[in-house]
Amino acid sequence: MKNKVILKNKVILIVLLLFFTFCFVVLYKGLNNSNIYIPKTIYEKTLINFSSKDLFSKNEISSDKIFIDSEFYILNIWASWCLPCRYEHPKLMQLSKNSSVKLIGLNYKDNPSNAKKFLNEFGNPYSMVITDKKGTISIELGAYGVPETFLINKDKKIIKKFIGSLNQKSLKEINLILK
Amino acid sequence: MLANQIGYYSLILGLVSAFLIIFVSIKNFNNTNQSIDKRIFSLSFMQFFFVAVSFLGLIFSFINSDFSNETVFNNSHTAKPLFYKISGTWGNHEGSLLLWLLVLTLFIFLFLIRSNKQPKKYRIVTLLFQQVIIIGFFLFLLKTSNPFSYLFPIPKEGLGLNPILQDPALAIHPPILYLGYVGSSIIFSSSLAAVTQNYISKAWAKHIKVWILISWIFLTLGIMLGSIWAYYELGWGGFWFWDPVENVSLMPWLCLTALLHCILILEKKLPISSWVIILSIATFTLSMSGTFLVRSGILNSVHTFANDPQRGIFILVFLFILIFLSLIIFFVFHKNNNQEIVKTHWLSKETSILINNWFMMYFLSVVLIGTVYPIFLEVLSSEKISIGPPFYHKLIVPFLIPFLIFMSIGPNLNWIKSEVTKIRIQIVLLFIISLLISILILRKIGSANLINTILISAAFYLFFITIKDFFSTKFKNYPQKISHFGFSLLILSILLNNIFSSEVITNLEVGEKFSFKEGSITFESVKNTESKNYRSIIGYFKIEDNKKNSIRLKPELRIYDQPAIITSEADIKTTLYADKFLVMNLIKDNEYFNVRYQVKPFMIWIWISTLLLAIGGMFNLFQKPNEK
Repeated sequence: MKNKVILKNKVILIVLLLFFTFCFVVLYKGLNNSNIYIPKTIYEKTLINFSSKDLFSKNEISSDKIFIDSEFYILNIWASWCLPCRYEHPKLMQLSKNSSVKLIGLNYKDNPSNAKKFLNEFGNPYSMVITDKKGTISIELGAYGVPETFLINKDKKIIKKFIGSLNQKSLKEINLILK
Repeated sequence: MLANQIGYYSLILGLVSAFLIIFVSIKNFNNTNQSIDKRIFSLSFMQFFFVAVSFLGLIFSFINSDFSNETVFNNSHTAKPLFYKISGTWGNHEGSLLLWLLVLTLFIFLFLIRSNKQPKKYRIVTLLFQQVIIIGFFLFLLKTSNPFSYLFPIPKEGLGLNPILQDPALAIHPPILYLGYVGSSIIFSSSLAAVTQNYISKAWAKHIKVWILISWIFLTLGIMLGSIWAYYELGWGGFWFWDPVENVSLMPWLCLTALLHCILILEKKLPISSWVIILSIATFTLSMSGTFLVRSGILNSVHTFANDPQRGIFILVFLFILIFLSLIIFFVFHKNNNQEIVKTHWLSKETSILINNWFMMYFLSVVLIGTVYPIFLEVLSSEKISIGPPFYHKLIVPFLIPFLIFMSIGPNLNWIKSEVTKIRIQIVLLFIISLLISILILRKIGSANLINTILISAAFYLFFITIKDFFSTKFKNYPQKISHFGFSLLILSILLNNIFSSEVITNLEVGEKFSFKEGSITFESVKNTESKNYRSIIGYFKIEDNKKNSIRLKPELRIYDQPAIITSEADIKTTLYADKFLVMNLIKDNEYFNVRYQVKPFMIWIWISTLLLAIGGMFNLFQKPNEK
């Protein structure tokens, strides 16, 4: 009787330990790839059509005119008030040197003069900056917040999406695709 | 500069004292002497003192705007008001961890001096477990999030505190919540110590109940302050969003509430000792997982915290070490003292408390699954989903009905066994009245479906029963009556608030009037003003209802310079019946403003009732045992 109880306890303990180890592994993995999201290739989403104002010229531009004449596009959602954006800015500057990709900045819920100040201070990696004052375009794009980065191919399909600021790892992945 | 250095070295001295405490305690443990070595008290006080000095050092750096300190640089600015400079100390990751550590060391010191009637070995083992947790936090702080990192060259200006965080409710929200979280660490250490020393007894239950109550009170108040902040500052007009960070504070609360009820049984007799220990371990583990989920950036949430995987890994490893340690201790040491099996009748206070526990565990698992399931799914199948309020509402609301009904019956039962007396006419009458009120209310708004009718009548029923109990003489447990009354009022206010809230959204320019079914909104004028660290645009609105009663509301848009961010401050007129809530937002180059007007009935009662919950707990704390 007593042995039975001890055996039962042992089994429960081992099962629990295994369960928590499983939780640990899942959370550990989740920690490592929490900010990269790859849409399934079969369902590659086509970019929505939208129109927005250019930050500098204040002209209304539709997305057909923006995503033209390049092999790849990077759409980066940013704002001058967002701290992680400052952190990822040097990485964008680095990416802008690659000629096979066109960087487009989507300025999210920002004050235009602050946005310009930000670009003057830290440099402008974008070939075009469009504004999203109400934040509606970002919502339509399915963004979670700022910063967020979409890698788009010439057929206007979203190949990759990075949540949060870009880091060395995500940069490597982008460069692998761009070659 | 100097404060910075003192703070840093003081922190290291605090860590050293942790090791000294462990050393002296182990030596003292096998000593035949009946009382604890006096040196342990002094060391424990020293440890608290060192952390306090370090914390004051950080506050000092914030007040002086010493930007050679990286934490200050990242979170402060010279133009910030003094009050928010100080509260900015714990408004960031590093500072808040230092605060956590401060409370940890304070609580273990208080525990030592307050527990002098307990066996010596039990106290020492508790102290040892607590020091393990303290050392974990020290290492975490020093290794991954040093609040005293030095910056060179020294920047001229800081980056500023997120204006959303510049709010009085939020300034005191983290300290209060931490008192609750950290209190649960004492419960954790002490229950593990009690297991190893085989000291799970009625005396232990009486002694640990104080700590359970303390953490429960602070956790309740902390959650309330957080939700007050969300209501006034975020400008979404709600007070609970099922955001992961909110869930993370709700989970330990549910667990602790279950524990609070269980410890009452343990005070009388022993059969559920294993369950009490599991709950004690779970409460603290949930608090820690909360820290992990929030600080590691594994979840996307409205609360922005520094997002650093290295920190995440540290907390994750630490968390699982604690989980494994407690599991092993529990299985190796815990002996089920089931000798005195007391048969309890199916209709008794014990049964009703166990039913309460089952419900708490159900609510807890719903919240837990809703919070962590997206992470698991993403890792296991790389699918990304987001779980929102509908999930929680669908799973929790139907189960509230039996919960409320059990809650109205349970407290009136006797220990061990209640007689099934003839059903009293009073109780039936109250139920019929509740049902009628509920039907009338739902008729009025024209959305009478069965589940809503039953839910609201159950809430009214509990409300009436708790009032009736207040005047009954059968049980004189006033703290419990206050808390239960508070809870019934809370549920009732939330339900009525949900049903009767109304909202009008429109775009207006200055001078324009918008009419809707219940009245009209007139946008009278705007005014620009300057403040110390922001500019503001104030809109003047007149709201008129159909009986020509008018009120004026002036919502505000604040444009902060550092960091540049725009926040909208809602203007809220609070009365006992309803809150009138108006918020405006800029759209398209300032011509039009987006205006949202909401009427939220019984808002103030949600805060009052939560306060009552906590006040009930406080009464219990100060009540002398012989008055029961």
